[in-house]
Parts: sequence; C-alpha cells; structure tokens
Amino acid sequence: MAKPPAPVETLIEQYGPHLKYTPEGGWQEESRHPADRLVKTHCCFCGQQCGIQLKVRGQKVIGFEPWEEFPFNRGMLCPKGVKRYMQNSHPDRLLGPLLRTSQGFSRAGWEEALDFTVRRVKEIQERYGKDAVAVYGGASLTTEKSYLLGKFARVALGTRHIDYNGRLCMVSAGHAYKAAFGVDRSLMPWSDIPKARVLLVAGANIGECAPITTDYIWRCRDNGGKLIVIDPRFTPVVRNADLYLPVRPGTDLALLMGMLHVVLRDGLEDREFIAQHTVGFEAVAESVKPYNPRMVAEKTGVPPEAIERAARWFAEADRAIAMHARGIEHHSKGVENCQALINLCLATGNIGREGAGCTMITGQGNGQGGREHGQKCDQLPGQRSLQDPEARRHVAQVWGIHPDEIPQPGYTAVEIMEAIHRGEIKGLLSICFNPLVSLPDAHFTREALEKIEFLGVIDFFLSETARYADVVLAGSLHEEDEGVGCTAEGRIVHINKAVDPPGHARTDCAIICDLARRLGKGRYFPYSKPREIFEELREASRGGIADYYGVTYEKIDRQMGVFWPCPSLDHPGTPRLIEGGKSFHPDGKCRFIVTEWRESGDPVDEQYPVYLTTGRVVSQYLSGTQTRRIGGLVDIYPEPRVEIHPRLAEANGIVDGDWVTVTTRRSEITLQAAVVKTIRPDTVFIPYHWPEDRSANRLTHRTLDPHSKIPEFKVSACRLRKAQEGA
Amino acid sequence: MFGLEFYVDPSRCIGCQACLKACEECETHRGYSMINFDFIDRRETTATAAYVCWHCDDPTCAEVCPADAIKKGEDGVVHSSLKPRCIACSNCVMACPFGIPKMMIPEQQMMKCDMCYDRTSAGKRPMCATVCPSQALAYVMPEEIARRREKPANTFYFGKQQVTTKVYLMMPAGQESLSIDVLDYIWEG
Repeated sequence: MAKPPAPVETLIEQYGPHLKYTPEGGWQEESRHPADRLVKTHCCFCGQQCGIQLKVRGQKVIGFEPWEEFPFNRGMLCPKGVKRYMQNSHPDRLLGPLLRTSQGFSRAGWEEALDFTVRRVKEIQERYGKDAVAVYGGASLTTEKSYLLGKFARVALGTRHIDYNGRLCMVSAGHAYKAAFGVDRSLMPWSDIPKARVLLVAGANIGECAPITTDYIWRCRDNGGKLIVIDPRFTPVVRNADLYLPVRPGTDLALLMGMLHVVLRDGLEDREFIAQHTVGFEAVAESVKPYNPRMVAEKTGVPPEAIERAARWFAEADRAIAMHARGIEHHSKGVENCQALINLCLATGNIGREGAGCTMITGQGNGQGGREHGQKCDQLPGQRSLQDPEARRHVAQVWGIHPDEIPQPGYTAVEIMEAIHRGEIKGLLSICFNPLVSLPDAHFTREALEKIEFLGVIDFFLSETARYADVVLAGSLHEEDEGVGCTAEGRIVHINKAVDPPGHARTDCAIICDLARRLGKGRYFPYSKPREIFEELREASRGGIADYYGVTYEKIDRQMGVFWPCPSLDHPGTPRLIEGGKSFHPDGKCRFIVTEWRESGDPVDEQYPVYLTTGRVVSQYLSGTQTRRIGGLVDIYPEPRVEIHPRLAEANGIVDGDWVTVTTRRSEITLQAAVVKTIRPDTVFIPYHWPEDRSANRLTHRTLDPHSKIPEFKVSACRLRKAQEGA
Repeated sequence: MFGLEFYVDPSRCIGCQACLKACEECETHRGYSMINFDFIDRRETTATAAYVCWHCDDPTCAEVCPADAIKKGEDGVVHSSLKPRCIACSNCVMACPFGIPKMMIPEQQMMKCDMCYDRTSAGKRPMCATVCPSQALAYVMPEEIARRREKPANTFYFGKQQVTTKVYLMMPAGQESLSIDVLDYIWEG
C-alpha cells in the first residue's frame, strides 16, 4: 500500500542488503570447530541443482563440503554455491513477522500478523470478489511448497490468479515442448551431452548461467565433438567454440529458419524419421523456403557461410544436440524461436537417442519442479491442464472438493501486475518473488505496488518489493525445510533440512497452512511436515504427464535422483524422453510447427538506434535478494556495467569506465561503461540483478510472447549518452 | 589419494572464480584465498586464468629465503613460510618466476597455495579443483587427463632458468614445455 513506510536508506540500514563475508563465529574461531554433521542437499540457486554437503554445528550452517558422489556435478560448484551458506546467520535475516507502521516496520507476533493478513484478504475478497486477491509464487520453492501454494490459491483463497516467477524463465520453452512433444521437460539427461558429435548452443551463456554444464561441453569436445554457439556476446564458452554465430538481438528465428532452409535445400533431412515420427513437415518446409542464407545474413548479421556451415555440421552429424536458454526464449517470439530449433532437430532426426536431441537449460533452482505441480496459472499437479475436465476431476478428488470449485485459469505474472496497476486486482500474497527488480518496466511495477490495497509477503530477507508490504511473514531458507526439487535434467532431487528457521521465523509450509486454517479451510491443509504434502502430490500427479507416483524420498536418496515420469514404485524413472521418436501426444508423433517472422515489440529506430539486451553474471542470482547480501559474491562483480563494443563507444565518445546514460522509451539509467570487443557493435548488455537507479528492468518493456506470456527481456531499443561523473 | 595429479588449463577457465571463493575454506589459511586469478585483457577477450602454486621441484622461493622458512615436503608440496622463522622480507614474493607467494601483512608471513594440505594429506582433493565447474583446475588421475585434447607439460623456461614442477599446465598437443622469454629462443653460441 502506497510508498515504502520509511526512506529507502532507513530500510536499508535496518534490513540490508548488508554484506556478509565471514561464516558464523569467524574464520579463525567458532567455524573452525568440526561440524556435528554433514547434510547432503542441493544448492539453493540455479537449475543445475548441484549436490552439496552443508557443515552444520548445532543450529548453524558453518560451511560446506563438496559432495563428490553426486553424479551430476561430482563436487563441482560455482561461486554462488560455494558462498550460499553465508545466508545462514545473516544480519539481514528476518527473525519474525513485521507489520507496516507509519514510520517503518515493527516486529509483531505470529497471531497478530496472520490474523491481520487473513482479515485484509477477507475484506478485499468480500468487497471485490475472490479474484481480487492474487498469489505470486516462485521457482526457488521446493516442489512441495509449489504444490501447496497452488492448492492454497485455488482451495483456500478460491482465486483464479496464481502465477510464479518462472513466467520470466521457462514458459517459452515449456510451451514449445508441449506443442511439439506433449511434454515440458528436457528430453535428455546431461550425460548425453559428451556423446554428441555436434553441440548447438543457442542463446545460453553457459559459463556464467549454468556453470557446471561447461565441463559436459568440454568433455564433448574432448571426444571430438564440435561446438557451435549462437549469441550476440562472445561469452566465456565461445572461446572454445568451433563456430560462433554472433546473432543480432531479436533475429534468432530467422537464423534458425535459415539453418533449416539449408538442410532442406541440400537434402540433408532425415526422411525416415520425418515420415515415421512426425506430422506437419511439409508446411514447415514451405515456410523456410524464403530464408536463404543471404537473406538471413541481412537480418541477423551472421555471415552466409557461417549459416551454411552450422546447418551442414548439425545435419551431417550422426548425433547432434541443440541446447537453448533464455537468449532465444526471452522474446515476444520466444515460443517460435524454440519451435524453430525443435523443427531443426526433428528434420535432422536428432531426437530421443543417446547423444542426440534438444534440451532447454532450466534457469531457476526448481524451475522444472516448480512449474509441474500447480503454481502456474493454467496448470494442475502432474503438468495437467487446468481446463481438462478429467484432470480437474482427478485433482478435485485428491483434494476432496468438487471439480467446479477449482477456479479456471487466471492471469500470468506480468498480467497480474498489470491488473494491479489498473485496479482490478487489489491484494497480493507473494512468496519467493521480487517483481520490483525482476519484472520488465520497473517504474510501472513500482506504480502498481503503490496502488495495491494489500500486499503480504513471505520471505527470509526484506526484498525491494517487500518494502511495499503491509505485512511480512518471516519464512524459511532452502536449508531450513525438507522437500524435493527437479533439476534442469528432469531429475527429482531431495532437499534435506539442515537447521531450523532462526528466531521466530517459520517454515513456509507452516505459514501457508496456518493462513489456510484461518481462512476456514484447515481441513484441506492438515500437513505437519513436507513428507505428507509429497505423499498427496504423488497421488495428485498420478497418471499425469509429470507422474511422480513412483517417487519416494528414499528412492531419490538410493538412486541419487529420479527422472520423471515415474509411474510406479518399481519404476526406475525416465532419464531420456521421446525414445524411439515416440512423443507424449495421443498419436505418439512429434509436431513440426510453422513459425512466422515478426519484429520485436520495441524496435530500434533513429531515436533509439542501439539494441539493449539483459542477462546475468556468474556471481549474482536473479533479483539479487540473496546474492547481493554475500560479500564474497558482490566483490566479484560489485555494480552493473554496460558492455559496449569499442566501435560503438568511440562513436559516442565513451571510454572504458565512463558513466553512460542508457535511455529507452520507458526510462533511463546511468552506469559505468565496460568497453569490450566481446559484444556486437550494435548492441549493449546490462545485467539485471540490481534495483532502483541501477535496475536494467527500468529500461525493458512489457511486450509479451502471445503464447507463453514471457517478457521480451532480450531485446529493447536504446540510445547512449556520455554522462557526468558519478551519476 | 595415490596417483592423482594437479592440472591447470586456462583455455577451459570461464572466469567464475569459484576456486578463489572455495580456497578461503581451506583449514591451513581460512579466510584467505591463495588462488592467482587474472582477466587476461577484458577489453579484448573473455579469457581468464586461474592457477595455483606450481610446486617446483627446486622451489626458487625456498632457495632465496634468508630465514630458511620455506619447506618442500617429501610429497613435493611447497608450503607457506614457517611462521616462527619467516621475517616477512618478501624475497620469495619477488623471486618466484610464477608470481605465486603472497605477503600477508596482517599475519607478517608469506602464505601460498599448499595444495590444500589439510585435504590432500587426508586423501581428499584440493578445494579449488574439486569445485571448478569447467575443470580448468583438475586433480585427477593421469589416465583421465590423457583423454583431453590438450596435453600436460611441467617444464618451463624463464630465460635459461629451467623449472620443473609438480603441477602440470595443459598445452596444445605436441608442445612439451613452455617458454615465454625470447632469450630461450635466440642463439648465443
């Protein structure tokens, strides 16, 4: 409601971000003592979900020990994983509920905070209707929490509007895979990567955003495999690429269609695979006819010879893998970009075999598990459609309600914020989401937050968004509760609890169940621990696409993860999907889908002649709520810089280190320049992990992909101006 | 673990600095990182290099130490200076051809990579090589490293000074030593 209750400086002084550099008890003192126990669990950050052992002493996490037996990462960690334990005993940690006052936030008891939350939610729903309250979830939550939150929104609140921050991550890929294969998951385990003869990496800064995957790629090259990378930036892995395609932002679709054009022109397609396992080939073949290398080169800025070579390498290899991430997905044609890449794989028969296929590199920790079981606005548990009557019947039966009581699909994440802005949604309960930093067009998000009648936040740190809250419920860190997650590979892993939440903080599940009880729906939320939620989730997902029925915590521990679908207790799980070319569609065929070229939603012109693209750095994670509080990580890359090619810099009179104002049709921010030859000269790059006047998302726009509703973070139009000192 | 060797391959480094951060966890120098890390030239390239002490067979740092404070163990590991002996003169810092030793002013002592002695002496792998996501730092069996495109070398020339080391540098196949000084290439009779 309205503006934050105190000046930002005051809130920062009280709630951070402060930088923590040393473990609890200091490097030389308490933390030196041997650990009581090592807790095997997984990193709390990205979709790689590296195995890690936390060193625990009493109720403190004092360090970590690599977990070399876990097969995915074999002990490997990026700096975020190494330093994640610094969140424990952090001075900024919320130790109890907070209520907004006229001067700031004041500590409150749980009874008071929960009663207040429920009273406000009820008032709004009684006055404006059930759908006037929305729920935001997140993909850092365990699968149990995601499931619980979906059920909470639909059963306890009865609102249509629940969506999650994975809307900013995996939905373009998910939509494309569902359309082509009937399933939303990586088609392969990572152990396939070193077996490919050609790897095509499209829009994935693997070294920084999926660091552990780097070793898989290097091993592929050790085995003689060739590496092709499509990226406007010469990212760290490009140094070892055999072919680099420096695509102009927003033109990936033309490039991928151009590659298919070459494959078909030269008769390199796999006719047998196409005939036996696919439908829709002819229309796609027709659609790529105009995309000759010369025309594609004009659009993309990639040399015609390079397009030809990439297409031929990919088609002529007996095993090729296409890997993609947000670089091709964060577009108003993000779904089509993925579909074009899938078309290329289908046409060349690179699907469903060892060392051949396509995979999305899921970005968020539980980006996979978090989207399968019901916090996505259009899905029920088991990756079931919310509009499928049979799915509604099954889930309603598990929940003990009538199918008609389950609301219909609601708005997606950005649409929810837009509905808040126009006054349609009046209240928001948010967990694990920092929209003020992560949504596009941050001024618009701020305006919406200023208008909202009630904002309740569950979080462990006071994020930039939580500063606008009426009530903050102190929740749990990743290591403070048990559950499961699902990795980028589709491997379900076991998150073990290492310590209790500190002070008066509580587990997220306990908070959500308590809210449900106060809303009079306690009988649907009888859980005392996550295992009970998981048992229900197994039933709810049973027979669905993401079938977890055969998964147990014990089986996960025994097998070091279980790949879904796993339909029965004696089923080992399914590491590779679409084997033998058989899709999840009723006819078992894979679908070619026609893609159509269109311009970005924020096109460059004379006034805004430069492309702006945004992304991540290796030492920070998403909106930085966690990682901007860890000194050792902040030191690696303390402030966002705008990457500019020397040619563009010179044309604008800018040298390395100058302050530069970057202006788009929304706003402007001023940052220091990093003048580097590792980016296209028509493009600048800004990482998005920071808030306020360093926020890249003040510049981005709200154009959404029409299918997936993902924002177009990867291309905006901007102009540059050298600024005065300091800014 | 018997038979494991340390290999450094800057061509695989992605600049993530997990090694630097993990090094702080080692028991013998908690809170201090002993990794050397460079952005080669960020304007020109994303190339980065992370490396540890090369643990010379005849360590120059020990040879130049006036206080006899730097010791090499039988396992070939060259240690930080012995604190009671170290006079913090920085001779070693200046003499090391690889630029490895660090003078830690607060400790009044030279400290350096000891290949995670607390770990390697107890059969564990060094922290940096365990966590390194790109395995630019690797502590593995020679058979495993032999599968790589690049090949190991441990002979270096610094202007007529030949140095052989315990730690290997991964080189393009066919190149068995590294020499960076023109002196090593000219003919002087």
